Amino acid sequence: MIKTLAKSIREYKKPSLLTPVLVTGEVIMECIIPFLIANLVNEIKDGCSMQVLLGYGAVLIVMAALSLTFGALAGSACATASCGFARNLRKDMFYKIQGYSFENIDRFSVSSLVTRLTTDITNVQIAYMMIIRTAIRCPLMLIFSFTMGVIMGGKMALIFLLTIPILGLGLFFVIRKTMPLFRRVFKKYDALNSSIQENIRGMRVVKSYVREDYEKKKFNAAAEDVRADFTKAERILAINNPLMQFCVYGVMVFVLAFGSYTVITSRGLDLDVGQMSSLLTYSFQILMSLMMLSMVFVMVTMAAESAERIVEVLSEESTIQSPENAVTTVRDGSIDFENVSFRYSKRATKMALSNINIHIRSGEIIGVIGGTGSSKSSLIQLIPRLYDTTVGHVKVGGVDVRDYDLTALRNAVAVVLQKNELFSGTIKENLRWGNKDATDEELVEACRLAQADEFIQQFPYGYDTHIEQGGSNVSGGQKQRLCIARALLKKPKILILDDSTSAVDTRTDALIRKAFREFIPETTKIIIAQRIASVQDADRIIVMDGGSISAMGTHEELMQSSEIYREVYTSQNKVGGNSDEK
Amino acid sequence: MKNKSEKKSTGSRKTVLLRLIRMLFSFYPVLLPITLLCILLNAIISSIPSIFMQNVIAAVEQSWQTGDWASVSADILGLVVLLAIFYGLSLLAGFIYTQLMAVITQGSLAKMREKMFNGMQDLPIKYFDTHNHGDVMSYYTNDIDTLRQMISQSMPQLIISTVTVITVLAIMLYYSLWMTLMVLLGVVFMIFVVRKIGGNSARYFVRQQQAIGRTEGYVEELMNGQKVVKVFCHEEETKADFDAINDALFADAEKANRYANMLMPILNNIGNVLYVFVAIMGGVFLLSHAQNVSISGLAFSISIVVPFLNMTKQFSGNISQVSNQLNSVIMGLAGTQRIFDLIDEEPEVDEGYVTLVNAVEKADGTLVECEERTNVWAWKHPHADGTVTYTRLAGDVRMFNVDFGYTPEKTVLHDVSLYAKPGQKVAFVGSTGAGKTTITNLINRFYDIADGKIRYDGININKIKKADLRRSLGMVLQDTNLFTGTVMDNIRYGRLDACDEECIAAAQLAGAHDFITRLPQGYDTPLTGNGANLSQGQRQLLSIARAAVADPPVMVLDEATSSIDTRTEAIVQRGMDALMTNRTVFVIAHRLSTVQNSDAIMVLDHGRIIERGTHDELIARKGTYYRLYTGALELD
Repeated sequence: MIKTLAKSIREYKKPSLLTPVLVTGEVIMECIIPFLIANLVNEIKDGCSMQVLLGYGAVLIVMAALSLTFGALAGSACATASCGFARNLRKDMFYKIQGYSFENIDRFSVSSLVTRLTTDITNVQIAYMMIIRTAIRCPLMLIFSFTMGVIMGGKMALIFLLTIPILGLGLFFVIRKTMPLFRRVFKKYDALNSSIQENIRGMRVVKSYVREDYEKKKFNAAAEDVRADFTKAERILAINNPLMQFCVYGVMVFVLAFGSYTVITSRGLDLDVGQMSSLLTYSFQILMSLMMLSMVFVMVTMAAESAERIVEVLSEESTIQSPENAVTTVRDGSIDFENVSFRYSKRATKMALSNINIHIRSGEIIGVIGGTGSSKSSLIQLIPRLYDTTVGHVKVGGVDVRDYDLTALRNAVAVVLQKNELFSGTIKENLRWGNKDATDEELVEACRLAQADEFIQQFPYGYDTHIEQGGSNVSGGQKQRLCIARALLKKPKILILDDSTSAVDTRTDALIRKAFREFIPETTKIIIAQRIASVQDADRIIVMDGGSISAMGTHEELMQSSEIYREVYTSQNKVGGNSDEK
Repeated sequence: MKNKSEKKSTGSRKTVLLRLIRMLFSFYPVLLPITLLCILLNAIISSIPSIFMQNVIAAVEQSWQTGDWASVSADILGLVVLLAIFYGLSLLAGFIYTQLMAVITQGSLAKMREKMFNGMQDLPIKYFDTHNHGDVMSYYTNDIDTLRQMISQSMPQLIISTVTVITVLAIMLYYSLWMTLMVLLGVVFMIFVVRKIGGNSARYFVRQQQAIGRTEGYVEELMNGQKVVKVFCHEEETKADFDAINDALFADAEKANRYANMLMPILNNIGNVLYVFVAIMGGVFLLSHAQNVSISGLAFSISIVVPFLNMTKQFSGNISQVSNQLNSVIMGLAGTQRIFDLIDEEPEVDEGYVTLVNAVEKADGTLVECEERTNVWAWKHPHADGTVTYTRLAGDVRMFNVDFGYTPEKTVLHDVSLYAKPGQKVAFVGSTGAGKTTITNLINRFYDIADGKIRYDGININKIKKADLRRSLGMVLQDTNLFTGTVMDNIRYGRLDACDEECIAAAQLAGAHDFITRLPQGYDTPLTGNGANLSQGQRQLLSIARAAVADPPVMVLDEATSSIDTRTEAIVQRGMDALMTNRTVFVIAHRLSTVQNSDAIMVLDHGRIIERGTHDELIARKGTYYRLYTGALELD
């Protein structure tokens, strides 16, 4: 896991390494200062000259300035290193996802990818910051302070040997007890929040069924459960504070009692007043470091889960890649399915498509019809190699799709997906997804074919109208026509419409099909539709049922031969169809 | 975001803080004062050891040159024992307050959450229609988190630091005015630095937050459209766009973190410099035998300088602590204010007094109220003169000249009248925004009409208790909302006391039984994330089953079958028709085939009913409906 993540450090290796070095400098300064102060105090006590005093002062100020410089630079380098690391990580993840196949995309939900790219990265960034800074600083501080304490206090420093294990063990106990508790309660907390979200979204349902009190009861029970668990965990965690105080107090009492005894009995030889005071400073630094270290440990452990989720994305290998020596030109728009069977995942027991054999000539218009779940979309997604077949071959232009360069293949096969998206930006920008070099005239022409030009012209800003995220400011039918225009701009050899005119009125739908026939006759067109009217005039219509081809033929032929087709036709065209059947 | 800024301000930070404190006291009237007392005790005791130190060192000073331990041992040990006793007290207080704080924090948050959620359940639908759901959600996540931070960390820390600073200041003044002034001077400088650097840091953190928001927005949009990206081979362009956004985020994040990271070492070392200055000043005073000005009247000695050094550290340390906490207090108060805003939202008012009761029909045709479920329902109508009448619930809905607008400025329904008799199927057809859904919003009183009358079984619906009115209406909406739980739980949502068999029967009626039995665990299959593992069509079938089990006399189907293919829809329709015999149904549908067999079809345009009649009548009229039906007009 660490190896995968470390690859993203790259140009930030320098600040990442510089930070610990600078931190070391800062720690050394911070440990020498109390030592010098102890000497200074003794000099003062002995009544030194003003010169000595100012000399000490100058040295100490310089050291404090150095410590400040080291500290500030370390902080700055650390910021650069951790934010840079986060940037690279985000970039690597995003790039990786761009290379994903549909199968890879299906494996992660959109919201989980968004979380991984934002919250998880932030967690790792904070952990990284703590590792290169705090996790270096604290042990160093501990060692140096301890050393200085021994140098100055001699036997007195033995008190550290008592307090360090007490605090260390105490913190260890607390962490070990609370970590699993917190992990569990955070899961519950997430569940609570997602149930709130569900409730907000489903408020109409809640109110329609008058379930307000039921929801309150359910929520209050869940909230109480979360409270109880959180309280339990936090109460254990709350031991940290008094424990730390106990150690500080202990050292204080010990140093005052045993220290003054040592000072007096040794007549200031083994220990003097200045050292006594500095010992307290060191003890405080040591205990603070332990405390911080335990915090780092908790943070890093928590971030480890985020890191795992990031690595999952980074190490997911795209299941579909261009082959070596790929074919880069697509000869024509002919399509052949040869004994094709397909399932979405290896674990799936049921084939989404089984034993499909179709031969489509270049320029043909093919309609596809079938109920929900009859695998219409699965069928066409194999053509631009959005998924790979499980058994059999799909050929475009006489060549197996797996032999093509992916970009070449997908530029020749334009798909208007069922769940289509426009992106925030102007209409022009959205259209140019199809061809980034398209001239304005070409845009207009494509929109004319897709019957979109007319409504675009009516917008106040025409082709420069801004589309909101998800295309929320255009109607469903307009969105579909824009998506078709966008696909047309690719000038594809094969054009596939996956239920892409469902929100378009039948007349416009017919005009689009007419335009296809007249202006792009050489392009193979595959039209999936719910409406019989959308496929009625196709050269051939494929009727899908349960993942296989139930019938194929022209409208007239199917009206004769296919019961399913007839039923669909009846359900859409006969007035009061239901009562007739009773 | 818009809502937050537009929000009426509940008051200044001070009023929010006071209200929060009052609220916390009302949650824990006993525990909270105990906690505060313990915090106070703990903080004061941990700031007084300097006094002991001064005394001990003064004692040591007397005798260290002679090495005579015996003469001072009683004094020193006495002091140490006293300190140990104080410390014991402080530890006890510390233990008690940290434990109580854990209880109070989590308990208050839970109570707050419950207040918010319970209050939210009683808000009118209008609130949810006019507020971004993400914003409402963030009250429960972000705002509660800042509140937790404030209650559990910032407030105790602020109290401790304030108490410590005051105590230490008093002790310092007790020993020496000059040196105290020296320390104060340093502190003023520290505060200046905090404002400068801290201000910068805060500014960039705000910008970082915005940059994160932008990145999140972009990533979300792109992840949603990732398949489109693939289909258009648009990966490289997308990467370039992302790089620009990512780099901007980096720039702000780096600056924000740089300033934040630098603040601590700078403050620490100003503390160190101050420490050095105090030491030197002490030395200078000692050497020059300067006149000490102090409350104690003690002369300068090493026994004053040494504890002063420790107090300097304590003082500057606490100032840094306060500056660290200030940001989170300000953020916490902003969050608290938003939480209060939610709690303060006006709940839905209900002045209805006509209720729905179970009844039995006597031989003479009169209705008598009874407790048990009889499947005969009646409206119980108490009158001003003390009499009570019962009207049988039939499902007769009539609207007379109804006008309505979501805002007073814009009327969206004009003069709508319609009569739906029990057992009739009334359909609404029209483009988006024509007012179809609005009509159903009025029938169940999600919104109240501006003008006109709506009568349900002859009763003005304003007189009917909202809960009872809604219980008598089954709603199936286009956006299906399922809840976390099993398939069975979700169907049972329609009627909580329905047994398994009744739920299964409802599923069969809705045409959902088939696909449910094919799910891995059948009716016990758990659903999460709004039924993410089901197709849109399957979700719609489930929500129809949910309405079917509720078995209401009036049903509203708002695009309820829009994602179901026409063949399946025909099957569902047969089930529904069987269910809805003698019941009233309102249907809104995009697909005209869905509404063809309705008893009456209303064609709506810009909030007016422009045509009405049966399918055949409307076709014969060759008007808007005819043009829609023949595909000459687009519905959208």
